[in-house]
Amino acid sequence: MPFKRFVEIGRVALVNYGKDYGRLVVIVDVVDQNRALVDAPDMVRCQINFKRLSLTDIKIDIKRVPKKTTLIKAMEEADVKNKWENSSWGKKLIVQKRRASLNDFDRFKVMLAKIKRGGAIRQELAKLKKAAA
Amino acid sequence: MVAFRFHQYQVVGRALPTPGDEHPKIYRMKLWATNEVRAKSKFWYFLRKLKKVKKSNGQMLAINEIFERNPTTIKNYGIWLRYQSRTGYHNMYKEYRDTTLNGAVEQMYTEMASRHRVRFPCIQIIKTATVHFKLCKRDNTKQFHNGNIKFPLVYRKIRPPTRKLKTTFKASRPNLFM
Repeated sequence: MPFKRFVEIGRVALVNYGKDYGRLVVIVDVVDQNRALVDAPDMVRCQINFKRLSLTDIKIDIKRVPKKTTLIKAMEEADVKNKWENSSWGKKLIVQKRRASLNDFDRFKVMLAKIKRGGAIRQELAKLKKAAA
Repeated sequence: MVAFRFHQYQVVGRALPTPGDEHPKIYRMKLWATNEVRAKSKFWYFLRKLKKVKKSNGQMLAINEIFERNPTTIKNYGIWLRYQSRTGYHNMYKEYRDTTLNGAVEQMYTEMASRHRVRFPCIQIIKTATVHFKLCKRDNTKQFHNGNIKFPLVYRKIRPPTRKLKTTFKASRPNLFM
């Protein structure tokens, strides 16, 4: 199985440990074997260990260490935000966040919706069983 | 970035003025230490070796911490050091890629400790400099001087995002790819 996601300048990655957990960042330069210089539109450029990054499929077209405005423009052109939110990984994270931020009333509504959905599935199943019998 | 263990200080001191010498020469040193107290002590250590002055007949004029001017760009640092091994003193030149000089110095100390079993008190930094990428000598740093650098992350260990979620036993073997 060849590798598809590489550490390269312009690779978008997700921080999966530490203070910036959950943030999408762009690799703008490689310090050495273990660390990359990383940047995002709303944070100061900093170095971060590869162990804290999960690479994504998204890559943008930038030169080594671009200015902040160039980076933001390149991210807009590559439409990173939409690509991320439409990818299955991104969608899962959004759903997880939504579920974690429910209040009790929302959980009640979810319970009712689940019961309703279960009821509809069971009705259809009963119809199919009757048709097959 | 986590707090650095080593800070760079500029220490300025001179001998106390005596009737024989009203205006003694002022000496300035840049050193690395974990805190200011240690920096002052190290200053007198080095000055004693170079001039006939001790802390008891000298005065500290200034001590300032030096901060990195551009901590967001990567630089190649060359460090010249003198260290004491079990059999004698040796000089060494090492290169590191880092964003700050303090980070490179910290890398140097940890590398010397791991590769040569030399601890902090036995290392003296002679000189540090930012080296232009064309003048770097070590292949280890030169391999990152590539505008189109690209490599895969081969061994991916999945970590729980906080140490609280760590468990000793797992239900299934981890997938190390990607």
